[in-house]
Amino acid sequence: MSVGKSVTRTEGRDKVTGAAKYIDDYNYPDMWYGKTVRSEIAHGRITSINFSDKFDWSKVIVVDYKDIPVRNIVAMIFDDQPLLVESVVKHVGEPIILIAAPSKELAEQASHNVEIVYEKLPAVLSIEESLAVKAKIFGDDNIFKHYTITRGSVEDAFQSAEVIVEGSYFVGHQEQLYIETNGIIATYEKDGSLIIQGSMQCPYYVHRAMKEVFGLSDEQVVVIQTVTGGGFGGKEDFPSVVAGHAALLARKCGHPVKIVYERGEDFAASTKRHPALIRHRTGLTRDGQLLAAEVDIIFDGGAYCTLSPVVLSRGVIHAIGPYKCPNVKINGSVVATNTPPNGAFRGFGVPQACFGGEMQMENIAKTLGISPVELRRKNMLKEGDITATGQQLLYSVGTQEVLDAVLERSDYLSRVEQYKQENLLDNKRRGIGLSFFYHGGGFTGSGEEKIKGKAAVELDPHGQVRILTASTEIGQGTKTIFRQIVAEELGISMDLVVFGETDTSKVPDSGPTVASRTTMVVGRVVQMATANLKQEITKLIAQKVGCEASQVEIKNGQVSWPNSEAISFTQAAIDCVKENGAVKTLAQYSSPPGIKWDEINYTGDAYPVFSYGADVVEVEVDMDTYEVKITKVITASDIGKAINPAMAEGQIEGGMVQALGYGLCEEVVWKDGKILNNRFTNYIIPTALDIPEMETILVEKPYPYGPYGAKGLGELPMDGGAPALVAAIANATGAFVTEIPATPERILSALEAKQL
Amino acid sequence: MSVKLSVNNKDYELQVAPMKRLLDVLREDIGLTGTKEGCGEGECGACSVFIDSVVVNSCLVPVCQTNGTKITTVEGLSNNELSKLQQSFLDYNAAQCGICIPGMLIAAQALLDINPSPSRGEIREAIAGNLCRCTGYMKIVDAIEAAAIGDRG
Amino acid sequence: MVTVHSVQELSQAYKILSQESVKVIAGGTDLMVLYTGGLSLPNNILDIWQLNELRSISEEQNYLKIGALCTYTELINDKKVKEFAPSLVSASRTIGAVQIQNRGTLGGNIVNGSPAGDSLPVLAAFDAELELGSARGTRRVAFNEFYTGYRQTVLASDELLLNIFLPKQQEKEKSDFYKVGTRAAQAISKVVMAVRATVNDNKIESIAISLGSVAPTVIRARVTEQMLTGAEITLELIEQAKTALSQEVKPIDDIRSTEHYRRVVTGNLIAKFLRGF
Repeated sequence: MSVGKSVTRTEGRDKVTGAAKYIDDYNYPDMWYGKTVRSEIAHGRITSINFSDKFDWSKVIVVDYKDIPVRNIVAMIFDDQPLLVESVVKHVGEPIILIAAPSKELAEQASHNVEIVYEKLPAVLSIEESLAVKAKIFGDDNIFKHYTITRGSVEDAFQSAEVIVEGSYFVGHQEQLYIETNGIIATYEKDGSLIIQGSMQCPYYVHRAMKEVFGLSDEQVVVIQTVTGGGFGGKEDFPSVVAGHAALLARKCGHPVKIVYERGEDFAASTKRHPALIRHRTGLTRDGQLLAAEVDIIFDGGAYCTLSPVVLSRGVIHAIGPYKCPNVKINGSVVATNTPPNGAFRGFGVPQACFGGEMQMENIAKTLGISPVELRRKNMLKEGDITATGQQLLYSVGTQEVLDAVLERSDYLSRVEQYKQENLLDNKRRGIGLSFFYHGGGFTGSGEEKIKGKAAVELDPHGQVRILTASTEIGQGTKTIFRQIVAEELGISMDLVVFGETDTSKVPDSGPTVASRTTMVVGRVVQMATANLKQEITKLIAQKVGCEASQVEIKNGQVSWPNSEAISFTQAAIDCVKENGAVKTLAQYSSPPGIKWDEINYTGDAYPVFSYGADVVEVEVDMDTYEVKITKVITASDIGKAINPAMAEGQIEGGMVQALGYGLCEEVVWKDGKILNNRFTNYIIPTALDIPEMETILVEKPYPYGPYGAKGLGELPMDGGAPALVAAIANATGAFVTEIPATPERILSALEAKQL
Repeated sequence: MSVKLSVNNKDYELQVAPMKRLLDVLREDIGLTGTKEGCGEGECGACSVFIDSVVVNSCLVPVCQTNGTKITTVEGLSNNELSKLQQSFLDYNAAQCGICIPGMLIAAQALLDINPSPSRGEIREAIAGNLCRCTGYMKIVDAIEAAAIGDRG
Repeated sequence: MVTVHSVQELSQAYKILSQESVKVIAGGTDLMVLYTGGLSLPNNILDIWQLNELRSISEEQNYLKIGALCTYTELINDKKVKEFAPSLVSASRTIGAVQIQNRGTLGGNIVNGSPAGDSLPVLAAFDAELELGSARGTRRVAFNEFYTGYRQTVLASDELLLNIFLPKQQEKEKSDFYKVGTRAAQAISKVVMAVRATVNDNKIESIAISLGSVAPTVIRARVTEQMLTGAEITLELIEQAKTALSQEVKPIDDIRSTEHYRRVVTGNLIAKFLRGF
């Protein structure tokens, strides 16, 4: 019926006609504009704030931390991040003063007339400086969080290992670079209620944050998500900051206030992917069987904690890839530096861990002289095997399938041979690289139990089925996928199913739109709510006509019961609502049976299920300029079930290009804690000419507890692209780059180091 | 200053600051918000429009240079029906978050107006100035290719 | 208050230039980025976008006469440019993307004077001449004498760049253009090079090597050129050229690349050019 079909996007027509309204497209007649004055140094104490008398301050409203009525915090995990600086500045770009004015130009002009004077303090600008406690930014040791995962005994296993391979890898910041910058419009009503509209992934995160800042009740805050032009995690928690600022201004000036970030500002001030230093020490048999894996992974969290512990958690759990290893020791920390706090970016710790892990596998293959394919086959997890945290993989393990698929489609083994022999005339070298990876779906351990995500479906008076969920559409297809699930569950046409407005006063808290959980977890809750609706409708009809509920059939868009002509679902729904009033059913998440996670010892079932992937990337390296041309990209992804194959492919292709950018050209350049390349001109993401044709293979090993077998999809594509690319570069040139992006400059350095 | 221009076949006479960006004039003075700002520096192409049938970044054009010109924005690509290109973008799931799509459609239409049978390589070159973060470009190229073939067929 | 004078005739432009201090704007692809980025708008702006007499391309004996307002798209599509200045077409195709090529002008690239201007090495390698005009008359200046320092030119405050006289590439000549950027489109160059040589019987009769992004202005590598002129192309010469050129350039570490990388790649590119004979 609808599930498994590539139906067109629900909101597609608006998007191709320019009718879709993003936050900056909204304007209200009495609206004012907000501007943020930010710190220009990485660490210091504010000694004075001077407002120039060359500017007429009566024309604008100024807000500082003293205007915050209840709590000056950005609510997350530790509540250490202030919404506005009080006296100590901990990173460049930290918000200090807010200005609202009737026009953008006036607000901008006012912001140039504020002078902030600081007493500078020593700034911690790297993981090394943080660990050495060059200055105390968080607690006494600058460590936000630490986790250890232990299995067996690595010390004993290293004794008996025939070979030990060590490697050290580094990944830098990556900027989400959604094409629509952050934006919020806040309206603070006279009755004390607050309406927030804007670009975001998690309306209930913003809702909670506003309640904390302003001391408001659930009903007094309404958060409405507008069409969002990309998020990728960058709009998971950061919109709470923008919303808090806009709301403070709106409250003080008595007008709706719009804050839309200019690109350079958004880049400089908002969250990024955590950099990480990853060290591996691996003990193996001579023929490549893993015996012991020791990993140290240190993430740079920036100045405040935000969600760093959760990124760390995922990073340590995925530090060893989808491989069997009886003895494991993973030490992970996330530390504080005087840089803008890092946050969520698709993958959330796994792209970092996977770069280290897969480059280590490449390193091992090279050291042992065995094929990268053989190494994966020898060690890969299969159904029934046990992971590093001691989780037995009971179902939906597509490891062999994705590896086989990608190797076959890419003709990997012949290519390797071909490139070995090749000697191209125009001084170019070709190579091929492989990566193999997995990604746990949903929140770690008991996370989903804590969230208890809810969704509802209701019949409306016109006979339509309306989906009520806080899961947001950010381009990944939520509005369409959920409609497909509901239509399939009821056996009706998708035309009869509508997606309710993402407004916290109208929809229940489904949990955030993150962690590859939208289809797998919330989609399942939507499916359950729909099953409940089906039951409710049959019950109401049965009561009315005097039969058993089991005798009422809802099938193929029709509703029938004994001794009666079948009627259309629409008619039955209209009648139901007319006779009974609102018909609405809810469902709430419950874990699949048998999931056990030990939060203290970090062992057990980390995720209900993993998704699996394998990538093959081919490159051509110009040996005169060391520029890399990506010539072929093939991915295979086990996502359980593609509810909408075209949308699944679209997510995989998009994620893969972000991953290739991460590996090839995306680098944040810093000086004294300030970002130098905070614009599109000098922060390089791939254009259509930088990316070749890509082949996307969907593998479906159904997950029994996901809707129609679906499991996590959104982040998996981000994990394997960078190591596959860097492995291809190594294959082509012999240059083993251990820090990404693998720019031509780094490739040149690696080649020169090899010659020494 | 006073500027006279035609946008999507409708005439306008505006009193605007001469160096105001065409992008802002379209979005604010005329109220056509389909054209987007992504970067403010001519890199991302989200602000692409036609000026006298030539595709440009409207964030880089001062309105004083548009006097007497005919401008087409994304809103002008369809009448009551979607253009072949717009329909193709729907059929091939070329739009995800959608923010790059108005600019993408203009650049794609510019290509098809000059080259009705582009190769996939020529399509990529034509949209090289339109950055997309969601799609990886594949389905956008598919959609443009299909629209071109559809036109020929 | 910002005043913009939009002119359709040169005489109008000259008058304004001689009377007031104005900033000249053509396609705006450089200037508008600066203004959006926070650079204050000047009080007086001369908008020359409609000076159509600066848009023509014609042959004048051994030169191509190219109007300063020709856009990169116009250069790419012009038959004469394709035939007589293929390296200029190559350079134009690497600039930005189609939206930029439709508005960016050759004159703007020259007057803006960025050391990374992609068309500049071609003009330098071919010893182009620039025609400058004002109310006082016109004059011709060698392109290679136009820059006096980083973004500094000999253009007087009342002058406009009118035309570029680009010597046609001769049959016996081979020219090449290399741009090493940060990606395949919409990229500022890390190293950009134009080479032009006449080689007979494996002997270099003449050679011109010009580079951008490796010094405060576009440069001609005169020392390396001299070393190569009259020499026979051997593997040894190619190695010598590599070393000489990578030492002659003066690159720096910057936001896009490193001094070392630029030196190495510069050497590799001249070797690549010479290997082609």
